[in-house]
Amino acid sequence: MNTSNTLSLQAGFADWQTQTLAPTLRKAPERVARFVTASSTPVERLYLPIESSGHERYLEQLGFPGEYPFTRGVQPTMYRGRLWTMRQYAGFGSADETNARFRYLLSQGSTGLSVAFDLPTQIGYDCDAPQAAGEVGRVGVSISSLADMERLFDGIPLDRVSTSMTINATAPILLAMYVAVAEQQNVSSTQINGTIQNDILKEYIARGTYRFPPQASLRLTRDLFAWCSRETPKWNSISISGYHIREAGSTAAQEIGFTLADAVCYIESALNAGLSVDDFAPRLAFFFAAHTDVLEEVAKFRAARRLYARLMRERFGAQDPRSCMLRFHTQTGGVTLTAQQPDNNIVRVTLQALAAVLGGTQSLHTNSKDEALALPSEEAVTVALRTQQIIAHESGVANTIDPLAGSYFIEQLTDRLEADARRYIDKIDELGGMVAAIEQGYPQAEIEQAAYDFQRSIDTGARQIVGVNCFASQEPTRLELFQLDEQSARRPIERLAEVRERRDALRVNRTLDAIRAAAQSDENLMPVILDAVRAYATIGEICASLESVLGVHQESCAEVLA
Amino acid sequence: MDHSTLIKTPVLVDASPPIVAAASPANRRRRILIGKPGLDGHDRGAKYIVHLLRDHGYEVIYTGIRRTPDEIVAKAVRQQVDAIGLSVLSGAHMPLFTRVLELLATQRATQIVVFGGGIIPAEDVELLKSQGVAEIFTPGASADEILSALARLLPVTHAGA
Repeated sequence: MNTSNTLSLQAGFADWQTQTLAPTLRKAPERVARFVTASSTPVERLYLPIESSGHERYLEQLGFPGEYPFTRGVQPTMYRGRLWTMRQYAGFGSADETNARFRYLLSQGSTGLSVAFDLPTQIGYDCDAPQAAGEVGRVGVSISSLADMERLFDGIPLDRVSTSMTINATAPILLAMYVAVAEQQNVSSTQINGTIQNDILKEYIARGTYRFPPQASLRLTRDLFAWCSRETPKWNSISISGYHIREAGSTAAQEIGFTLADAVCYIESALNAGLSVDDFAPRLAFFFAAHTDVLEEVAKFRAARRLYARLMRERFGAQDPRSCMLRFHTQTGGVTLTAQQPDNNIVRVTLQALAAVLGGTQSLHTNSKDEALALPSEEAVTVALRTQQIIAHESGVANTIDPLAGSYFIEQLTDRLEADARRYIDKIDELGGMVAAIEQGYPQAEIEQAAYDFQRSIDTGARQIVGVNCFASQEPTRLELFQLDEQSARRPIERLAEVRERRDALRVNRTLDAIRAAAQSDENLMPVILDAVRAYATIGEICASLESVLGVHQESCAEVLA
Repeated sequence: MDHSTLIKTPVLVDASPPIVAAASPANRRRRILIGKPGLDGHDRGAKYIVHLLRDHGYEVIYTGIRRTPDEIVAKAVRQQVDAIGLSVLSGAHMPLFTRVLELLATQRATQIVVFGGGIIPAEDVELLKSQGVAEIFTPGASADEILSALARLLPVTHAGA
């Protein structure tokens, strides 16, 4: 915009304020003194054209879809070519029960699988370990050995589905099991397609399923990267996750800032190990939350794409355009679901899913209305999937690329979120990088503060949540909740006993010795873990072997007291 | 973003000061241990409760995530707390809560009030209450509800705040 246009715009705006706005405000004041987003970013009354997204800076700030800086999306045709992957996170009880849920989801039009593992599996305890008491099959499926993984994917052709696995501390073991099941189906590792979360840093920040200390964990991450870059060209070797950071209470800017600071740490760690950026960066994937403040979320996704592209090019010198593409999965915000009036959650999920699609997500999980109360029922899961299908096939929002671009508000909020997130990355650099920042408790304290402020604003009524602190009703909730079969925990334990009976114990011990030896050296751990998995060594045995060399992590007061 | 609003007293104060000899229920603030037993890492609710109770005059110790019932009870006894609040969102509440009650009984520390929170089905709430858990707060519980329940359960004044 040239200077004379800018001047006439400013003059027009000033006139509008005095002649039109002021009399209205005198008669009818606005609803509140200060409007803010869900993340408490101030929102102005009216947004005007700005330079940053105007013609002069269009190419630099927005560009074209499929091109740097990818603000408008990572693919040249976006959803006109192919819709996002509808991928519902699922898992509970034994492998057989989850296998049945997977088959149901695929029959209903899901286009990818997403495995939820229970906490013992995520932390590396067998289902019969004392630490697993009460936790087996609760928040996901229980997997102790390859025998469970075989049942989990029974009848599901691994060359034809794409699978996402939410697994971090024990990621190398579960990926090895997946590869071993594929081998049994005569599917080679080069054919498997999917994503492993493998993002350990956010476990220390927000999610809590760590096992080994941070540096040792980063070595496992690196080993998995290097192995995947050779063996599984279609597999995403990490999904760097802001979702759990947001769930723990962060703002939108913190979600992007901390997640990209995690990315910086992984990239530096891989570079230090001698990998070159364009060899592994195209296989890095991301995972974000979608909350109900639709416009803020759309701006967040766009800001994340642009900021990441710039970091990759400016900081790491990436040459391959694919290294600069922030490809991401989205899940609607679990914490936004309310126990009160649970049908309202369908509407919240719809708004959140819409934000994810308007923001250009590559895949999407929609939460079910009953998840504040229990694991979702099959009926509730179906409605959640249908929500995505209605957005895809009826709403029309998938028919053009980045439809909200050029909105004065969206562009200015995109700029602001990018700048705020970049400040968090700078701050973490100042603290000595993400591992040091975590050890000093910095991201944890920032998130804790934001979570507390948010909850207080609900308790005081400053922020309104329908059915919770306004429009509440006294009627009791009536919902058919999912109930976990109490036998679910027993079956994996019985199967594990059979496996221990049946397998070649000498071979198991040999492979576990090899893991300890490799852990003491610089050798990549993936091949020895794969051997152990093929011998039906259990996740608990493999983790105990690793722990004997790598050590164990526990949340300590020093970390958070800083 | 404003870093000046950083929490001044982060929640995880595991190394609480030793109890002074004169401390007795009558002349000190009510002391509560918030514990996260089991493998569950969802600590947003637990940390919120820690801050809420501190803001309302309680002395609060937080264990951090992934503690065993034995660790939690040992700490509660050592720190002479008036109440233990347990938070579990993973579904493992039955064995974990029950174990804490058992350990308190063996340690002859049943004067310590036990309450809890998490994603806990109504029938389990009833069962846990019949076993001696004083109160269970499930999703949707308000700060007011929690504060007034605790004021009822721990009636001695905490005016020393």
